[in-house]
Amino acid sequence: MATNPMHQFEVYRIGPEIKLGAIDISFTNASLFMVISSLAILLIFNLGSKKNSLLPSKVQLLAELSYSFVSKMISDTAGSKAKPYFAFIFSLFMFVLFCNMFGMIPYAFTVTSHIIVTFILASFIFVGVTIIGFMKHGLGYLKLFVPSGVPVVLLPLIVVIEIISYLSRPVSLSVRLFANMMAGHTMMKVFGGFVISLGIVGGWLPLSFSVALTGLEILVAFLQAYVFAILTCIYLNDALNLHH
Amino acid sequence: MEAFAAESGGMPQLNPEFWISQIFWLTITFGILYVVLSKLILPKISANLEIRKLQIVENIEAAEKQREQSELNIAEYEKIVQNSKDEAKSYFKQAREKLLKGINLKKDALDKELNEEIQKAESEIQELKDKAPEKINKIAVETSADLLHQLIGAEVNNSSISAIVDDLSRRKMGEYYGN
Repeated sequence: MATNPMHQFEVYRIGPEIKLGAIDISFTNASLFMVISSLAILLIFNLGSKKNSLLPSKVQLLAELSYSFVSKMISDTAGSKAKPYFAFIFSLFMFVLFCNMFGMIPYAFTVTSHIIVTFILASFIFVGVTIIGFMKHGLGYLKLFVPSGVPVVLLPLIVVIEIISYLSRPVSLSVRLFANMMAGHTMMKVFGGFVISLGIVGGWLPLSFSVALTGLEILVAFLQAYVFAILTCIYLNDALNLHH
Repeated sequence: MEAFAAESGGMPQLNPEFWISQIFWLTITFGILYVVLSKLILPKISANLEIRKLQIVENIEAAEKQREQSELNIAEYEKIVQNSKDEAKSYFKQAREKLLKGINLKKDALDKELNEEIQKAESEIQELKDKAPEKINKIAVETSADLLHQLIGAEVNNSSISAIVDDLSRRKMGEYYGN
């Protein structure tokens, strides 16, 4: 059972079964790591914003650098109109980043390795961006599917492709994150299993591989959070500044 | 664990047993995270950054002001130094002039005194010069009379001797006194 690389993704109930009517909303290990990630974010950023000294402390510097990093990312990709959505994208980036990073701790659960979690986030973004687009431009938002400068003959085909690509956004966004996290963690588990099964003689090779993979996975954890946030910015840019 | 045993071949992610629970807790945690970050923490960080920026700008401005002030002070200081230099120069010049004037005055006074002395001496010499031929003539007359008396034992008239002496001395005056 312990050697099954998929076992780490198992969700199990912690504490009593909680039912809301007929729906099971029990607290699980997934819920636990969502809570831990959120609390860690709130703790760090609360410490980092508590007092403002001219020479920032390390935590303050961390908080302010993260703030400037996300702020720059948004203004670079979506322009100044995206400012009201800064808090959401910041929360999103931090939530995904912390969930990914907490997943790197051995025996920890990776919240973002579950398709349902990433899909809900991506769907929320998709629906939100679509609503923003229609609110800003009315039916003119549909022009997003009609790129300018395309021959009329090709137009029906292009429009269909554009609509499919638009509708597949939540799927691609959620699957990218979920698949990356699941694949990485599965691979680490597989190599970890090799270390045990090959023993003291042959275990060194998979062990060194495992060490290298850990570094790579930390990079992936950051990168996927960044990609998730920046794609959200790009979708938001489409909705705010309609020019295709 | 029965559920796990049943799922052990596939992906636990696709087991819908806890999907609703995950959606529920995701909504709760992310919602709380978003609300607290957007309402409490992010505005504070933004304000902190703004205040810091203002403070730095203020400090730079203050530094600039102080630099200008110090430049003014340097200019003033240099002016004071220049003034004192000029003053010292003028003092020196005045003292020198005063000293020279004093020296000149004394020199003039001394010159005048010397001139007077010289004149006095010259007039005395002149007087002596003027009186000398007469005395010499008189001595000549007397010695001549004495000599004549002892040589020939005759009393010669003084007036005739003095006439001869006068005549001689008048003729030889130029040779003796170089006038």
